[in-house]
Order: sequence, then structure tokens, then C-alpha cells
Amino acid sequence: MKHTEKSIVELHKLLKNEEISPAELLQESLEGIHALQEKCNAFVTIIDNAEPAEVTDSLLSGIPYGIKDLYSTKDILTTGSSNTLRDYVPFFSAAAVENLDKAGAVKAAKTVTDEFGMGGTGTTGHTGVVHNPWDLDRMCAGSSAGSACAVAAGVVPFALGTDTGDSVRKPAAYCGIVGYKPTYGMISRYGVFPFASSIDHCAAFARNVADIAAVVDGMKGKDERDMTSWDSSHIHLFDDLKPQLEGMKLCYVKELCDISRYPHPSRELREHLANFMAKIDMIRAAGAEVEEVSVDPVLLNAQPSVYVILSCAEATSNLANLTGLIFGPRGEGETYIDVMKDHRTKGFSSLIKRRLVIGSYVLQKENQERYFKNAQRVRRLLVDRWKELFRTYDAVILPVGTGPAKHLDGSLDILDEGTSPLEEHLQIGNFGGFPSITIPDGFIDGLPVGLNITGNNYEDQKVLNIAAGVEELMDYKDQIAKEVHGR
Amino acid sequence: MKYKAVIGLEMHCELKSNAKVFSPSRNAYSEVPNSHVNAIDLAFPGVMPVVNRKCVKDSIKMAMVLNCRVPEYMLFDRKNYFYPDLPKGYQLTQFTVPVGVHGHVDIPYEGGILPVDIHDIHLEEDAASMDHLENTSVIDYNRGGVPLLELVTEPCLHSAKEAVAFLEFMRSAYQYCDVSEADSKKGQIRCDVNVSIMDEDAEELGTRVEIKNVNSFGNVHDAIVYEIKRQSDLKDAGRYDEVVQETRRFDEESGRTVHMRSKEDAVDYKYFVEPNIPRYRITPEWKESIRREIPRLSHERRKAYMDAYGFNDTEVSVLTREKAISDYFEKCVVLGMDPKEACNWVTGNVEAWLHRTETSMEDFYLTPEMLKFIVDHVKSGVISGKQAKEIFIKVLEERKEPAAYISRENAQISDAGELEKIIDEIIARSPKEVEGYRNGRDRLFDYFVGQVMKATRGKANPIVTKDILHSKLDV
Repeated sequence: MKHTEKSIVELHKLLKNEEISPAELLQESLEGIHALQEKCNAFVTIIDNAEPAEVTDSLLSGIPYGIKDLYSTKDILTTGSSNTLRDYVPFFSAAAVENLDKAGAVKAAKTVTDEFGMGGTGTTGHTGVVHNPWDLDRMCAGSSAGSACAVAAGVVPFALGTDTGDSVRKPAAYCGIVGYKPTYGMISRYGVFPFASSIDHCAAFARNVADIAAVVDGMKGKDERDMTSWDSSHIHLFDDLKPQLEGMKLCYVKELCDISRYPHPSRELREHLANFMAKIDMIRAAGAEVEEVSVDPVLLNAQPSVYVILSCAEATSNLANLTGLIFGPRGEGETYIDVMKDHRTKGFSSLIKRRLVIGSYVLQKENQERYFKNAQRVRRLLVDRWKELFRTYDAVILPVGTGPAKHLDGSLDILDEGTSPLEEHLQIGNFGGFPSITIPDGFIDGLPVGLNITGNNYEDQKVLNIAAGVEELMDYKDQIAKEVHGR
Repeated sequence: MKYKAVIGLEMHCELKSNAKVFSPSRNAYSEVPNSHVNAIDLAFPGVMPVVNRKCVKDSIKMAMVLNCRVPEYMLFDRKNYFYPDLPKGYQLTQFTVPVGVHGHVDIPYEGGILPVDIHDIHLEEDAASMDHLENTSVIDYNRGGVPLLELVTEPCLHSAKEAVAFLEFMRSAYQYCDVSEADSKKGQIRCDVNVSIMDEDAEELGTRVEIKNVNSFGNVHDAIVYEIKRQSDLKDAGRYDEVVQETRRFDEESGRTVHMRSKEDAVDYKYFVEPNIPRYRITPEWKESIRREIPRLSHERRKAYMDAYGFNDTEVSVLTREKAISDYFEKCVVLGMDPKEACNWVTGNVEAWLHRTETSMEDFYLTPEMLKFIVDHVKSGVISGKQAKEIFIKVLEERKEPAAYISRENAQISDAGELEKIIDEIIARSPKEVEGYRNGRDRLFDYFVGQVMKATRGKANPIVTKDILHSKLDV
């Protein structure tokens, strides 16, 4: 077993006991990263000249990690996986990266994202498609595709992602690892390229719940540069982590999980939901109460559109700084408008352009009430409904997606009718800024699937404790991707 | 005038502050281009705005001066448009919940009052400044992100004169509240003017024409006069349909307004609430503490000075021209100076000095306490009025306490009673010298004068001293 496949907690012991040096660990990680790049194309930049860090009492000291290419890294190329910033080298680091620097973690690679975090496939970055290490013909999902790939393949023990819809929690499921997005504002977003600021979250991947707790401990903290960040200095996720199901009250949503509600379910969907219900039984047996609740299907069906409207609207504005005037390749043209247009026309992929058009459309004066304002209202209704659930339940537990990773060649996938709410429901966690974690919960045809646990704002510790409790019941902790289908 | 003019104003005023409104860059004027600029001002990827609390405070203060409703919390909005002077691609402003709405203020006007309704007042950021050269444009981002307070009146003004009266009132209010220098020469005040005309008895407002970026009060006046005439002429000629809803600009050279863009070309700013700034709380306690900081404004002081002291219009105009001058005068009175005398000093010598040296009250060395000290010495006869004025100048020139000049050069003891006491003591303890003098040693007289001078450290009035000595010794 390679060292980089071990957990952070184990590695810290080895480093402390000098059974491995930080330089050896880094070297091993970089070698693994290069090998994985050949296979999966997960990286924009491999930091070959990275310096090993001194081992301290910090769990993260000396641990190499991957960083989604939306986090600004001082003096290291940061592209957002976009041609608009293909040569952009920031002169400051994102707050979360600064915090990890202080904790002694070692930046090993910048990972591929869907362009500016927009996309759920890992196929739209300017350096090409990211392949799933379990099956190279399948996607990692996105947008934090490269980070999920790297952690699943075991070349780094953890990696940073961002999560605006489910950009960490979906890829975690497709790659068989843990993906966690803490409460909105627990980690400063300063220096992270924005997509939709009201629902953008910093997040991370690891291969077990304790590791992810340690990682987020290292990233979080109130930051004077991000007014939405809050003081969590009293919260110690790793130190206070205690697997707990006994006495916990959970719920799942009938309209999403009941197989009889899907008219022609595929085998994968049936197995995925059956597996989920089997895990619910195990959780009950372990002492938690789990109840089925109902949520108005009208609300659930509206949710994916709400996400599209809100995220695209904010994105049009957030990406308006990309003009090629102050940074980024200068466009050609006679007037400033032509220069900006040329930069954006050449720089953005068609997917982004489509989203920017949608965002612009829903914000137009004549459309704003009908689309943007109504979407905000439905967002509020969904958040209120989830908050209502949190009055009774400690967390909502749901399956992630409709099955294992989708094929890169979309024509190979069977699209089940009426599954869009099941595919997209994690976005409710973004609407509410809720702490939300995905952990692996089984396999279908040798490919991992996951479940998600979402709790109320600021109850991150409780969510992690429940996740650790569920993790203990199963056998997927610390798993490394085993390629099931070669190319 | 045949028609009734209806005028609304939008007044932008740059606020004083150490830092910009959403970034820690310095808010400083006219320095080296692009020297007060950071990653936030240039909208590098990932930067976020942080609201400058001092700017919010000043905004609340002005909202209160205008008797606006100040909300419990306020929001900031993005106004989206592409232009090189706006690196983010949007301006942060307030649209949904501004710092003040529904205000009203009665301003002094032609011996009476002019009521002005305020639609809203909001805090926003300035854009960078651009210069368009022959075939290139240059941008200075120093101004980008400078705090800007914009107030919007209802269409409630009816003449160029009223509009200028309101603007002057506001300029003074900004200065009195110490939130802005409000100097239009430095571009700190910029106005947009909306003008329409209607028949006196009409109910419905006429077609509104906007004149953008009028940068001096004189130009505001001229633009309104021109625009009323232009619209009236068209109406007279039965061509009122040619007055269209449009944006015009004022051309200073020709004194005319010129078409810029029509309503159809108006930009859709796609406003929405800035997600990176949480609801900004304005607690009742904070509001109250800000309210307590609002000083009495110039028009209030004018009235008070006239009522209480009977000063004339010229006098109160000088006294209230600047808050610092008015404060100086009031301090003199508080210290116990006679108001009329304080007024004479301030409107006379103080004003003359400021004018002659082209300095402001902030640099004025001579405090009200010093002025009182000088005046008190005139009263007690120690120095003459003429000397007082000389000392006043000396204090300002040499930046020294007035006491320095009064003891060394001018100050005298002329009080006969006081001197007599001193002289009696000297005579009593000098029996030999008295005897000698009386026996014809005339030169001993100088000995007595010397003793008096010694006892008073040279302050004794020599003439009075000699008179007394003669009367005591020449028996």
C-alpha cells in the first residue's frame, strides 16, 4: 500500500515517528499525480517544485494535497480551467489556502474543474475531460472533478473543492470517497473564483470522516475579507468527532426515495434506492430513529430550475470582471466593447456562454420578477421546509444521484423519467447553506454510490458525528479506486 | 414664465474617509494615477467587498439630516454594466434597501422656506476616472471605489434658482457634518438634473428630460434655464411632441444641452442584491449615537445669531460660511466674550487673516482662548486696542502664546493704586535714599524708578510711575 493511500491520521503518526519523511511522502505523491494525469487528466498544474513542510503537531503538516483550480494560489498558475485565465498567476492566495499553509499542508497539484465551477461532468475544463479512476469511460461528475479523482485514486489524502450545487458531494459519490461542504461562511471564500456567491461554498474531499474533519478544521475561520464568514473558533470538528447514531433522529424524503414513484425505473436506479433503504435499516438497527417524510412534489420539481436561474444570474455578474483588460489575454478590436467581446468569445466554452445568456435573460427588467424573483421565493420555500424538518430531525439522509457515475459518452446512459429532483436535490443544501456530507454507501456493478447527510446551519459537528456513525456500519472507509473497466 | 417647470435632482457627493468604501485602499484625491489601487479595486478573481463602517455612519448621518426613514438593516445591490472604468463589471450601490428613504427638508429660500422632498439617499462606489485622448483612453483607478453618497429628490423644484439653493444647502450640510469637502471644483460633487414643463393648471407631468453629469452649480443653473426655454419654445410652437424622454448633456461652451441617448438606448442594469454583503444592521443605539453627532447646520445658526444677538445679514453670512468659523465664534461666546465683540473679531481680523493667508480655520493657530486673553487685557487697560491687533498678528505669525508678547513688549501696569502700593513699599525700605534725594541728590530719582521697574519686572508704566514718585518724594 502506498503511503498516499493512507489516511491523514495514519500518515501523521508515520511522519511524527519519522517512519517516512515529508520529502518522501511528497515525492511519492508527485509520482502518483504524474501517473494519474496520464490516465485521468485530473490536473491543470503539477507543482513539481513543491517544498516539503516541517512536521509539527498539526495533523495536516507535511501532508500533500490537491487544490481545485478555482482557489487562488500565490505565484502558482490558477486558471479556473478557463482559457480566459489560462496564464493567470495570482499575487495572493485564497484564505483557505493560507490557512492550510499555516497548518503545514503541502500544495502538490492544481486540479481540473468544470470551467469556473460551472458544470457537473468534469468535461468542460480547458485542459480536457477528467476520467473516473474506477472506470475511465465514466465521469467523476463535477465540477470538482480533478480533486475527487485524485483523492479516489489515492495520490493525495485530501483535496479542496468548491460546491455551488453539488460540485463536491456528487463527485464524492461517483468516486467512492467523502465530500463535505460545511455551513456557509465557515470557510472564507476570499480568493476563490466565484460562480454564484450566495450558494458558493468551500468544501473538501478525503477518504474518511475523521480526515475530512481535520481538513475543514484547517481551512475554516472568520476572515475580515469575507463578510459572510463567521467565527467558528469554538468548533473543533476533529477533536470533538464522536460517531453517533444512538438517540439521533433522521428522516428521508419519500418523494425522492420511493421506487414506486418512478414509472419505468432502470436497474441501476432500483439497486441504488434498494441499497439506500438497506443502509437505512442498518442505521435504525444501530439505534437511530429514521422516519419517512413527505415534501410537496411541486416544490421538489421546481428546485432544479430554481438552481439554474439563481446560479446563472449570479454567474453573469460574477464573471463580468473577465474582460481581458486588467488581466487575462487581451482581446482584439477597435473599441473597448470589441476588445472585451473578443476576449470573452474566445475564452469561454459554449456551456458557460449558454449559462451567461440564461443569467442575463432572467435578470432583465422585464423578466426579473417572473424568473429571478420567483426563483428566490421558491428557494426560500425549500429552505423553510428543510428548516422545518430540522426542528424535528437531526439530519436529512438521502441517496446521492440516481446511481453510479454516468458515462462520458452520454448516449450510453439510460435517463429515467422523473429523476431530476433525485439527481439535483443536494442543491437544497446550497440554498440553505446547510452543512452537508456525502459518504460512500455501496457499489453497483463494481462502481461506488453514495448517500448524503445534511443538517441545520452551524450543526456541522452533529452532521459529522452522524456521518462517522454511518461510516462505521459499512466497509467503505479509506477505499481506493480499483479500475473495473479499462479503456 | 408661461409654463410650470418641474425639476428633480440627483446629487452625488464623494465622502471623506481613510479607506475606500469596499476596500482598504486609500481614499485620497489627486495623487499619482493608479497609486491607491489594490486587488479589490481592480476586481481580480476571488476578491470580495468589505463595507467601510465609517462611510455607512456618514451616510446615516446625512439621511437623518434629510429626515429620511433609516431602515433597521440595509442592503447593497449590483448595478451591472460593462465599461472599462468599472473593473468588476458592476457597481455596488443601494437599490433595494437604501440607507434613507422618504425624506423631507425645509430650506431657507428668499426670506421664506422651500420644502424639498427626498426620494432616497444611498451609498455607492465611484467608478475610475478616464481621460479620452486623441486615439487612446487612459484610466486612473484611484477614484474607483471611492465612497459616493447619492441623493435623489422628488420632482419638487420649480426653477433653476430653487435647484441651486437646494444644492448650496446640501453642500453646506455635507461640510457642517464633516462627511465631505463637497468641493465641486475637485469633482467631489456631480449632479444629474431632470427637467419637464407643464401647463400651470395641468395635473399630469410633462415629458422628462435628464441632463447628466453637470459638474458645477453654475452649470446646473444654466442647464435648467436652457432646458426650460428649449422645451417651452417647442411647446409654444406646437411641437411639444419633439420633447422626448432622453438623456442630454450640458455643453459648457455653447451653454446648451445636447442629446446623448434616447430612452430606447437606456441600459438595463439588471440590479440584484449583492450576495457577499450580508444584511447590514443599523441598531437603534447606533442610530441614536449618530444623531447626537449631527451639529446645528448653517441655516439654524444663522437664525439663532440673528434672533439672539441681532446681527445683520452680512455678519451672519460670514459667521456661518464654514462650520469651523461658526464653531470658533460660538466658543468665544461660551468663554464669556461679548457676542458682538466676538463677532467683530471673527468677521474682521480673523476673516481678514484667513483671506490674506489663504488658509482655513483648521490651520488657524490662535484659539478662542487666546483671543479672549488678548481682549481681556484690552479691557483691563493693560494693552490698547491697537496693541491687541498687533499681538493678534504676532501670535499668528510666530505661533506663540499671546502672553509672551504682553509681558515682554506691551504689558504695562498703569494702575496708579497698584503702583502706589509698590512705591510705598520701596520708599519705606529705602530711608537713606529718600533722605539723600530730599537733600538734593537728584540722580537718586532714577534709583527709585529702577526699583519700581525691578519690582514689576519692567511692566510699570514709566509715566505713571514717575508721577507717583514725584508726588511722594517731592514734599
